[in-house]
Amino acid sequence: MLFHIRSVSLGLLLCLGGAYGRAAETSDQKQMRGLDEQVQEVKSDVLSIAQELSRLEEKLLYPSGTEVAVFILLAKGDPVRVDAVRLQIDGQLVAHYIYSFKELDALRKGGVQRLYIGNVATGDHQLEVLVDGKLESGADFSHSEHFSFRKEVKPKLVGLTLAGPDSGNAPIALGEW
Amino acid sequence: MRARHHLAGLGLALVFAACPAVGADVNDLYFGEALYHAYQGQYFEALQRLDTELAMYHGLDEPDLDTLHYHINNAEFSVGDFELYYRMHRRAGRAIKAVLEGAVDENVRNEAAFRLARIHFQKDQLDDAQSALARIQGAVPEGIQNDVEFLRANIDMATGRPAEAVTVLQQVHADESLSGFVAYNLGIALMQDGRAQEAIEQLDKAGRMPAGDDAGLAIRDKANLVVGSMLFESGDFERAKQSLDRVRLEGPFSNQALLRAGWAEDSAKQYDRALVPWSLLVDREPTDVAVQEAMLALPHAYGSLNLHGRAAIGYGRALELFSNQIERVDASIISIREGRFLNALIREESRQDKGWVIRLRSLPDAPETYYLMELMASHDFQTALQNYLDLEDLRSKLIAWKTSLDSFDDLIRLRATNYEPLLPAVDAQFRELDSRIRLRLEQRKHLADRLQAMLTAPRPDSLATADERIAGERLALIEKQLGDSDGPDALALRQRVARLRGALTWRLETEYHKRLTEAHEHLHALNADVDALTRQYEAFVRTRQAATHSYVGYDAQIGQLRERAGDALQRVNTLMARQGHMIEVVAITQLDARRERLVAQQTQARYAVADSYDRAARAQADGESQ
Repeated sequence: MLFHIRSVSLGLLLCLGGAYGRAAETSDQKQMRGLDEQVQEVKSDVLSIAQELSRLEEKLLYPSGTEVAVFILLAKGDPVRVDAVRLQIDGQLVAHYIYSFKELDALRKGGVQRLYIGNVATGDHQLEVLVDGKLESGADFSHSEHFSFRKEVKPKLVGLTLAGPDSGNAPIALGEW
Repeated sequence: MRARHHLAGLGLALVFAACPAVGADVNDLYFGEALYHAYQGQYFEALQRLDTELAMYHGLDEPDLDTLHYHINNAEFSVGDFELYYRMHRRAGRAIKAVLEGAVDENVRNEAAFRLARIHFQKDQLDDAQSALARIQGAVPEGIQNDVEFLRANIDMATGRPAEAVTVLQQVHADESLSGFVAYNLGIALMQDGRAQEAIEQLDKAGRMPAGDDAGLAIRDKANLVVGSMLFESGDFERAKQSLDRVRLEGPFSNQALLRAGWAEDSAKQYDRALVPWSLLVDREPTDVAVQEAMLALPHAYGSLNLHGRAAIGYGRALELFSNQIERVDASIISIREGRFLNALIREESRQDKGWVIRLRSLPDAPETYYLMELMASHDFQTALQNYLDLEDLRSKLIAWKTSLDSFDDLIRLRATNYEPLLPAVDAQFRELDSRIRLRLEQRKHLADRLQAMLTAPRPDSLATADERIAGERLALIEKQLGDSDGPDALALRQRVARLRGALTWRLETEYHKRLTEAHEHLHALNADVDALTRQYEAFVRTRQAATHSYVGYDAQIGQLRERAGDALQRVNTLMARQGHMIEVVAITQLDARRERLVAQQTQARYAVADSYDRAARAQADGESQ
């Protein structure tokens, strides 16, 4: 009675391990694939709605005449662990962000985070940035920096590149796009 | 013959999953933002950002001046990649085809062809995959040369041409990330080609290769499991056992390897040695097929060693386990029928990391997920589950957007309420100021023209002061009053008038250059004021326009968006219901099959318990009679 268990064939074993072997497409599979196509279509539509909505949102809430956006980048290859960034524009706290592991990892790979988007009047403004984090050695570090930027009529994009104090780069460097 | 390529494709899928594009310096912040989302698996947000950027880039008159220009090839590829990760194969294919058909250099075109082939392969469109690969001509980027050949071999295997696959794979000099997969697939290709002995040697080699990451370790385990099974089936139990022993105890193939190792020992009649892997196995996750088989295999080994009492106890444990598991499967089926499976799937805490499927099993009050792991072995089921989750995300987004659109309506209404009473008075005041400004500007222009003309045609009179002009006019009046009279008094007066006019003319002529310079300087000084006035004027116009733009002209767009979002939500709900129903049906079918198997095993255990007790009793009686 027991020995049919032993007749597990190599094909079945492979099937269990990694979807080896594929029978003719069942009606369930056909239906699943049909649904998959429809899901792809609805995703496409929703993406298009999302784009239009984000354009509308930008136009309504952040018109180009007053729009300012602050982006965070990590210096390439820097092992610093950024825990939090605090941002003040003209003395007003506008962003205080605490990073998750996934977000930090995305920054390390070269991703750029849009930390803040808001409105300021044309003219000169003060930006204060405070970064808290940990060095590779495990020691805590905190660094703050003051910058000035000028808002013109077009949207203002400010990039802040963060680096560890031991990296030889400026801990916080401001770049304008 | 197109049946077996999923095994070969496993390697490809794992390698592919490791490489969302880029990682270099980012010159375009918004492209960097798209990558930031993509690196976190937020492909919807990544696509939303990058699609917008690309549309803007392609709409520019001089795209070369845009910062995205530095990344344009990468961005075009990334769109395709993100779409692929977001399970939008059709759009991904179109995106990559667009690159392929654009005016791009050979390297880029060949990479696009490779990516397109990979998409077709993943979707089982093997002819299309082959056609795409055939478009690769000339120089292939160094970074993908091995991937191209690996894909070519996969397609050969999937289309029933293992001999060609063997030839291709033998020439691939893969790096560490791919070498395990190449070695493994070569073994499988040899097996498919009927070269069993060579396949065994190759898989044996693949099972001994160094591996640095989880994927490499897993494929090495799999090679050992497959070669162990082949050796077992060919009757070489000793070598089979050695291969199976190389499978890691904590890896994904461990349970199957332990089960097979036990059978290898059992077949070699080494029952006591078979007890070792099976004893280990029976204490593992009881929903696993191998564990359930081991529950019967272990007492079978005891029985073979004539330890019928222990065998009876073992079968008793198996009987209990099968009964419990049947109850669990029944509970799962009921739970799924009540819709709790789908609810468990969308529970937020279960989707926090890549291992969410595994976490599902440990969710409290979710018995329907106990047997999920096996269902997940099916690619179609996985796609269906992911689609269901994607639809749930879309549903949440669409609901949130409807709220956003309502807020926009409020915002617009409030802005209109604020601005509409104010703007008529502001506009009236502005119109008056505007006409005054225009007048002054016209005057300034007139002065500038006159001064400019004086550079070539000097006119000292024009630079006379008001006093000098009055004096000149009074002299003219006196001259007029004197008329033609030629009396002595008139003569003396005429001489004085002439002297005074001479003095005036002298002054105007001699001071002309100085006065002209001063006039230009004053005009220049006026320019600064005019510029400031113009800036203020333009700023006012912009602000005034912004005030109108902040609430006028949105109704149609918002109405349209609301309608589109509503339609999409309706479609998402319908699709979710259909997709959910499909998942439930497939899950229940699978669970029914598992139930049948468990019932059969329960019956076996029930008979075996009785048989073992009989044998134990007989053995005891024989012992006593002796």
